[in-house]
Amino acid sequence: MKLTQFTRRLLLSLALTVAVAGCHPGKMKPIPGARTKNPNDNPFADLVPAPAPTPTNDLGPVTQPLPDPSKRKDWPRDAKIFEANTIHFDFDSSAIKAGEKPKAAAVADYLKAHPQDALEIDGHCDERGTEEYNRSLGERRALALREEVIRLGIDPMLIDTVSYGKDKPIADGHDEAAWKQNRRGEFLLETPPTSPVASPR
Amino acid sequence: MKQSAAFLIILAAMAGSRMPGYAQPGDNITIEKPTGPGREQPIWLSMSGFTGEAAQVIQFDLYVQGFAFTNAEAAQYLLSGSNNGDLQGRATDHYNKSTLVSKAYSGASPRRLAHAFTDDFVKALGRTPIAQTKIAFKGENGQNGEVYIADFDGHNAQAVTSDHTIVAAPCWVPGHLALYYTSYKFNHADIFYHDLRTGARRAFARYGGSNISPAASPDGGRVAMILSKDGWTDLYVGNADGSTPKRLTRSPQDESSPCWSPDGTWICYASKDGERRALRKIPAGGGEAQVLRTTGLPSPTEPDWSPDGKWIAFTVQFRNFEICVMPADGSSAPTQLVEGEDPSWAPNSRTLIFARRQAGHYVLCLLDVPTKQVKDVSRIPGSSSQSQPSWAR
Repeated sequence: MKLTQFTRRLLLSLALTVAVAGCHPGKMKPIPGARTKNPNDNPFADLVPAPAPTPTNDLGPVTQPLPDPSKRKDWPRDAKIFEANTIHFDFDSSAIKAGEKPKAAAVADYLKAHPQDALEIDGHCDERGTEEYNRSLGERRALALREEVIRLGIDPMLIDTVSYGKDKPIADGHDEAAWKQNRRGEFLLETPPTSPVASPR
Repeated sequence: MKQSAAFLIILAAMAGSRMPGYAQPGDNITIEKPTGPGREQPIWLSMSGFTGEAAQVIQFDLYVQGFAFTNAEAAQYLLSGSNNGDLQGRATDHYNKSTLVSKAYSGASPRRLAHAFTDDFVKALGRTPIAQTKIAFKGENGQNGEVYIADFDGHNAQAVTSDHTIVAAPCWVPGHLALYYTSYKFNHADIFYHDLRTGARRAFARYGGSNISPAASPDGGRVAMILSKDGWTDLYVGNADGSTPKRLTRSPQDESSPCWSPDGTWICYASKDGERRALRKIPAGGGEAQVLRTTGLPSPTEPDWSPDGKWIAFTVQFRNFEICVMPADGSSAPTQLVEGEDPSWAPNSRTLIFARRQAGHYVLCLLDVPTKQVKDVSRIPGSSSQSQPSWAR
């Protein structure tokens, strides 16, 4: 059978793939009767039930439901207090960059010190992207920050999220300098209506 | 000049047709007119006797339904009449001389009378009329906006909200004078239901997180929406009575802008396929989602399913946004049509309304998909930017 050069290459790469798969270390068959390294190891260790795994689906841990927005509807929002903690995101991403995490940690620390207060996280996008796609992306950014703050020990029921999509840019330009400022998550402090004003530190 | 060129071409074709391999007298020849989105020829009309606004309306209405105007000799249909307060309208078939419409119109504005005449003409051709239908859209001034309704051509626009807040994505309840939309009236992204007859409205979905992108089912009994109340942006379907919505997707990935199939059995939405953005459809009652074949087109979003069930229109994003259509059954590849975003089908399943970016704001635009004839909606007063249109069906 006459093979074209393409077909020959295809068959060769298929053959290589099969050969490599067969050499995978994970596929070595265990030899029965092997002893453990230390003869004093508890021979029943493997019978102790493992701790129950965190419930997951194939995409990560189960997330926490969000609080009813009517409950704190009349709590004043302070956007200035955490202005310096605004988190910036990469294009089309809701991943929190490592360098941004300390800002979220500082917000969590404040909330731990002020257990009467609550938090609103607003998610924003740059102008690229369609309107409803951006509304959904802004929400994913806010939710990612909420999960981070929960991870740091804050009660999920104290954190609500609002996405503004691309409707509230803080920079008006049409270039990356403006766009990177607009791709952001903002923290707003919610204080109970009767609580005293937080004193400056 | 054109005539002699045409003559030479005909001569050449006749000469060519005598050569071997070409059709000979007695052969059966199938003449195929080009078909497919954007590739069809318009139907040619002539118009006489109408003046002023009536003439403008007749031309506009029919252009965005795939007709074009020429002289009487070359036209397939002749529209004639007069307008002087009332409107007399006549439409005849140029070739078989039959009369399709012969009618007097009165008792409404000149624009309305002209719309009624063009509707009668298209109905006589067996098509679904659109000239007396409505759209809803978002009209913005700066960051804030209001929800507007208007005639399909942008005239008679009126705001139905005056909340001085951010609004988004109005959508009609099919067959009803009612809308769902997202409003930030409570400094939160909530979905409102708004009865336009009574002006009564209520917060329909005000769960924790953001409640966005509502889409009413074809029978008006259910609403698809993107909610994040359980921790992720997911697709939910709720009943119109507001009872607890059912969660259809469960993933931290993108879900956005759902739309319904006209038989109410599927919801199409923007999502992901691995790392790449894609359109999916999922059974409206829940189940396994399928990826739709947008054949490598970048970032498909904002789908809308045509009322006859055959087409899905959507937005893709190259350097600019482009309106695309694809057969709903995936039987052929999508077709890219014109620059724009966020399409909504007219009841005739051939005209689309969409938004187009123009110097920092949006304008609304109409497109006849088969002929690719496109026309901006006229200037709409009251807002500096109009986008997110929804055609009442």
